[in-house]
Amino acid sequence: MEIAIIKYNAGNVASVMYALDRIGQKYQLTDDHEQIKKADKVIFPGVGEASTAMAYLKEKGLDEVIKGLKQPVLATCIGMQLLCKHSEEGNVDCIGVFDVEVKKFISKDLKIPHVGWNSIVQKGENPLMKGLKEEEFVYFVHSFYAPVNQYTTAVCEYEQPFSAMLHKDNFYAAQFHAEISGKAGEQILKNFLAL
Amino acid sequence: MLTKRIIPCLDIKEGRTVKGTNFVDLRDAGDPVELGALYAQQGADELVFLDITATVDDRKTLVNLVREVARHVNIPFTVGGGISSIADVSALLNAGADKVSINSSAVRRPELVDELALAFGSQCIIVAIDTRFEPAAGQDFVHTHGGRRITELKTLEWAREVENRGAGEILLTSMDADGTKAGFACDLTARISSAASIPIIASGGAGTMEHFTEVFTTGKADAGLAASIFHFKEIEILALKNYLATQGIPMRI
Repeated sequence: MEIAIIKYNAGNVASVMYALDRIGQKYQLTDDHEQIKKADKVIFPGVGEASTAMAYLKEKGLDEVIKGLKQPVLATCIGMQLLCKHSEEGNVDCIGVFDVEVKKFISKDLKIPHVGWNSIVQKGENPLMKGLKEEEFVYFVHSFYAPVNQYTTAVCEYEQPFSAMLHKDNFYAAQFHAEISGKAGEQILKNFLAL
Repeated sequence: MLTKRIIPCLDIKEGRTVKGTNFVDLRDAGDPVELGALYAQQGADELVFLDITATVDDRKTLVNLVREVARHVNIPFTVGGGISSIADVSALLNAGADKVSINSSAVRRPELVDELALAFGSQCIIVAIDTRFEPAAGQDFVHTHGGRRITELKTLEWAREVENRGAGEILLTSMDADGTKAGFACDLTARISSAASIPIIASGGAGTMEHFTEVFTTGKADAGLAASIFHFKEIEILALKNYLATQGIPMRI
């Protein structure tokens, strides 16, 4: 099985690579259009700022490549937000797989960014949460969020409920960092690889 | 519900943990990778590695160490010590560190916080603040050089400033409490935590499980960091987290 990790200017790719190493999965880190298109599965990771990341993806033509993928795709953190329609971060139009508006957390009482281990609860069918407890802790670091919507497959709460995971057709997305979310995160990655 | 975090801190010198540990079940108690992986397995929520040496050769050793930790540890970890440039941070993040912690370099040149937040995002920039109460002035002041050198910066003002400059978290170490095992500096931590809208990691003074309850309740800390009590197994992480859960503190167990 060929796994492509999309290489772009949003950091933290090393953590994803090492997480795959730990579960014995080979991969290629690439921004080559053909290599991404022909991979069996694609991972779209990242931390960073939405408008900067989006500008880079456009410059490399990767936004169109990602949108056209037919194989299972797993997007995490900023990757998930970039698959949405628009982000308040830098007020930027994103790839638009999910017809969802990414918003900024605003709170008087809670710390922003939302940092740490928070529990997620499955909503509807979610093959990526197979084998996990009904409520599972995973690691979040973010200031922007996707509200709960028709594509939401796991919910987390911080001030208000928001989308911890999204799914539409072949696109799977997680706001949290599965790659550093302990055993639960490993199981989610394994579930994606087993799709 | 967002949980409070328990963070063991490992001091690193020439690629090895120092200050000693008391883990009989490790092949090599000085190996930071093995110790980090063990803590992760025991339920640590994050790890902090502080490099207490600063020669050029040691920096290369540190980057290699970070790579090994990232390969073996499945929870987030922070690296601190001697970081003073975008290049330093880039090397550590590329090797697999999730966050970096800066301290004296931010005091020397506060713009560094802005530059790092812009280059890498606030989420991976922790500013460590070593603070000590100055009785003569009746105030807390930021210290550098392991707490030996006082600066002109008032702790609360500095915390606000680094937040405004883009720090994602503050690692607050009370030099008054550090090493005493008499409890965290809860009053100070609460004042900083209330004034800041970013998470506060409290450090210094942990001696008992009750101290963690205090720092998460009256201290309003988002995370508690400690070193020796974990290294010498005076408190075991899982037992601590189970205890805190019974005290109504949200914990990942």
